[in-house]
Amino acid sequence: MKKFFKKHWIDAIVIAAVAVFLYFGACSIYTKFRFAKKWNIFYDYFVVNHGYNKLVTGLKNTGIIAVSGLMIGIIIGTLIAVVKVIPPYKKITRYAQTVGNIYVAFFRGTPIVVQLLVGYYILLPLLSVNLPPVTACCLIFGLNSGAYISEIMRGGIKSVDPGQLEAARAVGLPFSVAMLKVVVPQAIKNILPTLGNEFIALIKETAVVGYVGAVDITKAFQDQGSNSYEYMIPYLVMALIYIVIVALIAAMIKLMERRLAKSERK
Amino acid sequence: MNANNGINDESGKKVLIDVVGLRKVYGSKVVLDGVSEQIHEGERVVIIGPSGSGKSTFLRCLNCMEDPDGGKIIFNGDDIADMKVDINKHREKMGMVFQQFNLFNNKTVLQNITLAPVYLGKKRIRRAKIKNAFISVGNLFRKDKKTLLEVGDKSKVKADAEANAHRLLQRIGLDDRADEYPSRLSGGQKQRVAIVRALAMNPEVILFDEPTSALDPEMVGEVLELMKQLANEGMTMVVVTHEMGFAREVADRVFFMCDGNIAEKGTPEQIFKNPQNPRTKQFLDSIL
Ligand SMILES: Nc1ncnc2c1ncn2[C@@H]1O[C@H](COP(=O)(O)OP(=O)(O)OP(=O)(O)O)[C@@H](O)[C@H]1O
Ligand SMILES: [Mg+2]
Repeated sequence: MKKFFKKHWIDAIVIAAVAVFLYFGACSIYTKFRFAKKWNIFYDYFVVNHGYNKLVTGLKNTGIIAVSGLMIGIIIGTLIAVVKVIPPYKKITRYAQTVGNIYVAFFRGTPIVVQLLVGYYILLPLLSVNLPPVTACCLIFGLNSGAYISEIMRGGIKSVDPGQLEAARAVGLPFSVAMLKVVVPQAIKNILPTLGNEFIALIKETAVVGYVGAVDITKAFQDQGSNSYEYMIPYLVMALIYIVIVALIAAMIKLMERRLAKSERK
Repeated sequence: MNANNGINDESGKKVLIDVVGLRKVYGSKVVLDGVSEQIHEGERVVIIGPSGSGKSTFLRCLNCMEDPDGGKIIFNGDDIADMKVDINKHREKMGMVFQQFNLFNNKTVLQNITLAPVYLGKKRIRRAKIKNAFISVGNLFRKDKKTLLEVGDKSKVKADAEANAHRLLQRIGLDDRADEYPSRLSGGQKQRVAIVRALAMNPEVILFDEPTSALDPEMVGEVLELMKQLANEGMTMVVVTHEMGFAREVADRVFFMCDGNIAEKGTPEQIFKNPQNPRTKQFLDSIL
């Protein structure tokens, strides 16, 4: 214990200072903003009138959109990344690579909100496809993260020893199979932590799906705010929920990184 | 008689790989300057030469790991340097063993050996099924019905490949390590697995690029021993190596490469005892 304090006394002071700051901050907020009354309104709406149902839906939708966005993104990203590393002997390869470049430039060059709006209110009706907002969001977030993941995946593929591809080609496997069975699995292992960060980014970006009428965490609390005319507590709780989710996932990534490092060392 | 068809050359031996005027250029550097040579069936060729003389490049051009910039590589009647030829089909029959082993890190020892045979076996079955579909549709209109192709059983492909892999692993005494990942093996063990991985395809020739150069000295012996066994069984081998003892003992012919070409070739006896080219002499003096 003594040793612990000797080593971490700076941290202890910082933590103590933050705690004092937070305490006085909380006290002043409590009196200045009539916190008790606000809390009662929040409690009334959220618990007594079952406002939490919407949050449950929101949590579920945020999860669905982020997870399926990541999955679709990994598939598309892998495809683009693999196309980009094909030796460009054939014309068709070069065309495919150009298409990939345009795709990535487009999705990285426009805000996700714009992509959502254009996709949901213009493209889908144009194609006369009628999708529920959440499904459309999954799709558009998948397409979007595909562009980012393709760059991550390309780095991952480059980090795999070229001898692995050579050996696979030398036993007669075609390029695509050699990539899929030998190179990409190793690339994914190398980029797992980065993919985890992409997942965190995705969760935070899903906060805009309210624009097309999907109910996610943000939308749930926004609705609660506008229904009860009381925004402060819903928004604070919302921020807290995001922080907790992100912290949990970050911790999982840390754990995974440590596991991977261990398996490397054996 | 036409040696280019891979039949026989003047001496009557079957030509397995016929290299005609092979050129390879990196930027402005000519690495292979019109090499013509024939590898015969059952022949053991050892390639020696100073560093940077193009030994690896020559070897890697034989199975088109590097695309030649000119000339032909004729194997089983096809010019595999031609980009239109299905190179994968031919690579199955040309094993390759690398200096850095290059075992698939994400596969177990067993999977390393079975990956290609299983994939290719299943592909063959898929192809046969598709052809059969066409034949049976065609048969509706034919008077004398065509017989369907033999399709084979997908589950049997895997079982066969695994049985074969276990047999090969037993041969090198590593069957008990079948389910481990390559990172758990020593260098010598890795290289021996890499050699049997090539063997699992029943290749007509195996190309070795300095297979013992990355090994600790105490592991060189076990790998050379396995290679000698293969040589005794009549496997056609092309070996780039600095192991002159191996060359002397095993080679039918030794190529000395220098300045982008085969500067001198002959039996080990001729090359080591009585080299004609001053460059060969100089090289042998420098290493022996
Ligand atoms: N990918 C490449 N790009 C550019 N130059 C290359 C490439 N590969 C080989 N070279 C050059 O080609 C020449 C021949 O290389 P190669 O690897 O065939 O020599 P080597 O005889 O195998 O030498 P070593 O005994 O060192 O393995 C060298 O000068 C090398 O620098
Ligand atoms: Mg070399």
